[in-house]
Amino acid sequence: MSTETARLRLKTWICATVVVLSNVFGNFFMKRGMPAHLSTPLEYITVLFQPWVALGVLLLVLWTVARMALLSWADLSYVLPVTAIGYVLVALAGKLLLHEQISVQRWAGITLIVAGVALVSGGSTPQSRTTGAVR
Amino acid sequence: MKFVLIAIIVAATTVGEVLQALGMRHHGEIHDFRPGALGRAAALLVRNQYVIGSVAAMAVSFFAYMGLLTIADLSFAVPATAVTYVLETVLAKYVLKENVNWLRWAGASLVICGVALVSL
Repeated sequence: MSTETARLRLKTWICATVVVLSNVFGNFFMKRGMPAHLSTPLEYITVLFQPWVALGVLLLVLWTVARMALLSWADLSYVLPVTAIGYVLVALAGKLLLHEQISVQRWAGITLIVAGVALVSGGSTPQSRTTGAVR
Repeated sequence: MKFVLIAIIVAATTVGEVLQALGMRHHGEIHDFRPGALGRAAALLVRNQYVIGSVAAMAVSFFAYMGLLTIADLSFAVPATAVTYVLETVLAKYVLKENVNWLRWAGASLVICGVALVSL
């Protein structure tokens, strides 16, 4: 039983890491390649073939697949808060790699998000009994 | 315009997430990560109507997000869309019937306060 718990914990941790990193770098590359204006619907399609945007989209596809796999055994109300650390990493990417100005309020907001994440993930198990029917 | 796009993203993402969770729960836990087994799981999932609905909602959300990225900072766009948390926690409790204890509620509330500050 404890081996099973440890296996599930490791699997959950690895999958959550892939979910977070693919999300952060996917968003970063998308923003990096995105032009300042998108006016026609056609431009929304053609910009997908811009190399940075395409790389970002590929990472976001990986994010979606990894997240779906994670959701097949973990609760949505566990996955959401745990992967929220990505919001902080995205802000750091914006500041360090895209040289965005981040105000004091924005950093305070990010800190609150981290606190919320710590509160929610502490002491909760990655699965709930209500999903037991499928096992 | 920013906030119209955020509203579209939040609504579409929430619907997409809940449908995705329903679809994956319907499918069951993925144990086998070998390519063949993942391919078979994918072949089953593309015929899962929850998953199909989820993909449609995610597509709406994605194009609205692209629009938002052209006019907003990355460090604004991504946190602002975290408004989905409240809606999703509520739906996790009442639609997916998950156990949402008070710590998760408190955490989600803090995340929301953070998102409000980020939007200032």
